[in-house]
Amino acid sequence: MKKHFGEASVKFENPPTIISAAAIVGPKEGEGPLSEHFDKVSADILFGKDTWEQAESELMRQTVALAVQKAGLAIEDVQYIFAGDLLNQNSGSIYGARSFERPFYGLFGACSAMGMGMNLGAKLIDGGFADYVVANASSHFCGAEKTFRFPLELGTQRAPTASWTVTGDGAVVLSSKGKGPRITAATTGSIVDLGMKDVNNMGAAMVPAAADVIAKHFRDLNLPTNHYDLIATGDLGLYGQTLLLQLLKQEGIDIAGRLTDCGMLIYDLEKQDVHAGGSGCGCSASVFASYFLKKLRNSEINKMLFVPTGALHSVVTIQQGETIPGIAHAVAIER
Amino acid sequence: MEGLFLAFLVGGLICVIGQVLIDLTKLTPARIVVLFVVVGCILGGLGLYERLVEFAGAGATVPILGFGNLLARGVKQAVDERGLIGVITGGFTAMAGGVTVAVVFGFLAALVSSPGMKE
Amino acid sequence: MNATEQKKQKYAEMVKHASPRSTVLINSLKAFFVGGAICAAGQLIYNYIESLGFAREETGIIVAGILVASAALLTALRVYDKIAKFSGAGTIIPITGFANAIAAPAIEHKKEGLVLGVGAKMFLIAGPVIVYGTVTSVIVGLVYYFMR
Repeated sequence: MKKHFGEASVKFENPPTIISAAAIVGPKEGEGPLSEHFDKVSADILFGKDTWEQAESELMRQTVALAVQKAGLAIEDVQYIFAGDLLNQNSGSIYGARSFERPFYGLFGACSAMGMGMNLGAKLIDGGFADYVVANASSHFCGAEKTFRFPLELGTQRAPTASWTVTGDGAVVLSSKGKGPRITAATTGSIVDLGMKDVNNMGAAMVPAAADVIAKHFRDLNLPTNHYDLIATGDLGLYGQTLLLQLLKQEGIDIAGRLTDCGMLIYDLEKQDVHAGGSGCGCSASVFASYFLKKLRNSEINKMLFVPTGALHSVVTIQQGETIPGIAHAVAIER
Repeated sequence: MEGLFLAFLVGGLICVIGQVLIDLTKLTPARIVVLFVVVGCILGGLGLYERLVEFAGAGATVPILGFGNLLARGVKQAVDERGLIGVITGGFTAMAGGVTVAVVFGFLAALVSSPGMKE
Repeated sequence: MNATEQKKQKYAEMVKHASPRSTVLINSLKAFFVGGAICAAGQLIYNYIESLGFAREETGIIVAGILVASAALLTALRVYDKIAKFSGAGTIIPITGFANAIAAPAIEHKKEGLVLGVGAKMFLIAGPVIVYGTVTSVIVGLVYYFMR
């Protein structure tokens, strides 16, 4: 049976179930409005380790282990792990998954990683290639600062459009059987670059990719614009969200009132001094794996489109004068 | 007292120039600091910056512009004393004190401290 | 102009409208007071050292040394970046910012070892100041030599 629709979308014949999920975050995220929804808030930004890199890997290891445990499974039952993060060469995911000794795919999609993992994991399961797949994404504020910006002790000021990298991790366990919300469709994003160069305004760089994938999703699957109760982008932030609504309107898609952004939910933008909001792979992943999944399970949301967004630049390409390519992946979840 | 006030005023104003460049242009702080050093060195070479130093004291020497001026003053003095050799020794000699202290204390800082989470 | 370029230009306009600018006036006031205070502190130290009978050149070196060492200390105590968040250029432009720029990467990268971490990364941000300062001083020196 045909599963591919239109330009870039798939509909699953046997929609995989999200049987379990876990979200662990750092101290600042624990002070935010979603605090009660996370499985665990670590008071220690180093997660008991010595370096930021080790801390992120430990965060990743703990979250995946917890999600698997909550599913009533042993790690040996997991047939594939998909994981992404922001560190060079996916260090956060690789060193985190090292001790699991399970089939592993490292993903780089910057902050869109959770969308990639859920998209690919669902395809493996629907294709009959696996029964249990874990999708995971992590980020760590300090590791991301070190990788992309400046040493933490350097005296700098943040631009109002800058975002704050979430220290957090979200993991979901997908299965061919079991009860829970199902992944019904997915649209894979293309790289979209409208020439943005400001690394202090990554929301603006990712918006065109988000608009592109959302528009394709509706077109490919021929859905009315009110099909979803909620469309949640990853980390476009305060100013990005307005831009996304404008761009989609130009495409004839009006989702005002249904659109939200994980980066704006995870922090209290007024009190926590995070400027445009949260960002990072762990932002959308931890918010989805806790807050949204709960809402799907208790029927507050019936159908949602989860659209993690990523900025695919590197420090080197930016120094060479390149622009910031964006990407976004859309995953439809229905209860 | 007047000297203190002038140092405060002129030093503060030089910082304001830096702040305006950070906020209103695409220049990163690293580039602005480099720009200030180069400009300070050129103004020093032309003998103009010394006038500001006479007027504002530490208000002119403490900003990184003054570091540039220090290099210019050093290289000119070295050229007076040693001719062409002074061209290559003057700048480095003039910054030796400040850079050595920064390197030694930076090194000690790294030995005793670890980076912490931003607030 | 092709369609893509047009789209890019249109989007750049939209972004410009949607994104707020930094609040220059308030930031400048903060930079003024903190930067001014650091310079006034420098002057106080200068007056004191001079009163001990040091010559002008020596006094200058001692003052710079004290300011630089204090900034490195404040960086090690994780305080300098917190002041800088408030004062911006007020703590970047004074010589103390140079010391912070040397100490901060040295601290951040010490886990990568004493040689390639601390030793090499120390000049990650402050290195350009030394490079361009040195090159400019050589040019100034050459011009001065021939025009003297």
